Amino acid sequence: MVATTSSDLSALTARMRRNIVRMVYGVQSGHIGGSLSATDIMAVLYASVLRHDPKRPDWADRDRFVMSKGHCTPVQYATLAEMGYIPVEELDTFRKQGTRLQGHSVLGKPVGVENSAGSLGMGLSFGLGIALGARLRGQNDVTAYVLMGDGEQQEGQVWEAAMAASYHKAGNLVAIIDRNRIQNDDFTANQMETAPLGEKYRAFGWAVREGLDGHDFAQILDGLTWARDYKGQPACVIFETIKGKGVSFMENNPGFHGAAPNAEQFETAMRELGEGA
Amino acid sequence: MTTNATPPATAATREALGVTLVRLRNEGLDIVVVDADLGASTTARRFKTEFPERWFPFGVAEQNMFSAAGGLSTMGFTVFASTFAVFAEHAYDQIRMSIAQPNLNVKIVVSHAGVTVGEDGASAQSIEDIAVFSSLQNFRVLVPADVNEAAAAIEIAARTSGPFLIRTGRSKERVIYAEGMPFQLGKADRLREGTDVTIAAAGIMVSRALDAAATLANEGISARVLNMSSVRPLDEEALVAAARDTGAVVVAEEHLAYVGIGAMCAQALASEYPVPMEFVAIPNRYGESGTSNQLLELMGLTTEHIVSAARRAVERKAR
Repeated sequence: MVATTSSDLSALTARMRRNIVRMVYGVQSGHIGGSLSATDIMAVLYASVLRHDPKRPDWADRDRFVMSKGHCTPVQYATLAEMGYIPVEELDTFRKQGTRLQGHSVLGKPVGVENSAGSLGMGLSFGLGIALGARLRGQNDVTAYVLMGDGEQQEGQVWEAAMAASYHKAGNLVAIIDRNRIQNDDFTANQMETAPLGEKYRAFGWAVREGLDGHDFAQILDGLTWARDYKGQPACVIFETIKGKGVSFMENNPGFHGAAPNAEQFETAMRELGEGA
Repeated sequence: MTTNATPPATAATREALGVTLVRLRNEGLDIVVVDADLGASTTARRFKTEFPERWFPFGVAEQNMFSAAGGLSTMGFTVFASTFAVFAEHAYDQIRMSIAQPNLNVKIVVSHAGVTVGEDGASAQSIEDIAVFSSLQNFRVLVPADVNEAAAAIEIAARTSGPFLIRTGRSKERVIYAEGMPFQLGKADRLREGTDVTIAAAGIMVSRALDAAATLANEGISARVLNMSSVRPLDEEALVAAARDTGAVVVAEEHLAYVGIGAMCAQALASEYPVPMEFVAIPNRYGESGTSNQLLELMGLTTEHIVSAARRAVERKAR
């Protein structure tokens, strides 16, 4: 795997964050806040937990990562670039005409993207289908990891999937929630409070870990491996995160859900993220 | 195609689903079935009896079922999903994003389509499903005319990669095809030769089109009958040939007129070979409770309506 030590992960996530900011700045559109909040989770997942092989992306026994918050492609593509699925230079094509790297996730573009998303709330269902299929195939090592936002928990389909996953005892399904408490227009509490999330998932028959720091590599690893190893019922791990993490003026700022930085903001952001350091 | 001469057996097209899925699985196809609490009505539940481990219940939650069907298909399965036509519409965006756009191997078989579902009334009567699912790229949309063609449609869907929508119904209709007939994707089936007018029909309207052609023959009007069961892809070649040979086309379908098969046929002919056209289809309204036959009369979907439309089309040729 690419990075397993804390210093490796620090360097990896700093590169990913710079690439995220660069991508969104370069095309002046894209979802930067929810990408930065999920960066550390994605880095630990791909570097240390997910069973995958960029040289064999069609490996039948690979784990599947399902991006349900499909607007956060900047972090998904930045991750795939770091893992070697695509050249880092390709990130410059993000959202530009002719690119493989569309604004929202498209299955197979590039290889390594396992689902199409953008309309929220569908990923947990899609991951459940993968989990049920893997079990029927006897591929008992395959786990489906689904990354969702916390605003996304307002979608009714999420709870249809949550109910069905526990009914089917999908122990090979892991829900990861990026609890950054901000959605498109405002703070989640001002739009439609989703708390208490852990209690909701427990009531739906899931095993739950919550209150973990989604920017602490050790806690992320602990939460993800716990969820992976929990068998017999689906597991949900809720990471407390900061939207826009790593860039001072983006942190916890609803204005940077879907807005791009201007030139001055870009310079500041890249400096804060250690460019040239 | 061969047609059954006697006696006129009847069956609902939905009856093909369960038995065909069991047969295809027994022939080795890697089929799994997802269900939303309507397996008895769609007849898919017969598959559960034979292959319980390949049967996935999702409760009354179609959105989850269709997205999960997409995920299941990525593990290499041929996934069949069935529910009533109106409830598949309930999950339009899930079908769009989890099946159509990524072009996944999911076959949706809807039953209880059209007004012939009858007494359940407006909410249960899908009069727009052909338009809804024809709007999805990568989908093949099939509207079989009888139970044997429905079985053939299910089989071609199972043996062809990618998404399909097959429309079936609840009402018992005359069987016009022999068992084991093959389905030809993208081909209209010419069921009757004719020179004065063409009746292009789909679903339950095909047997009525054949009856209408027989009536018209008594009046000296020679009507060609095309079964347009392959709605997408549509056999534009057969339509253009029909327009060229007969000079007038009537389209008959159990669906809203302005977004239906007739509209698709009109678009094809308008750009290739425009001729007078008439449409036997549902006007701009929802259904209501009643028997199948009462509703077909109310909506203007009887043999007599086809006969009248054909006469009008022939008259317009002369102008």
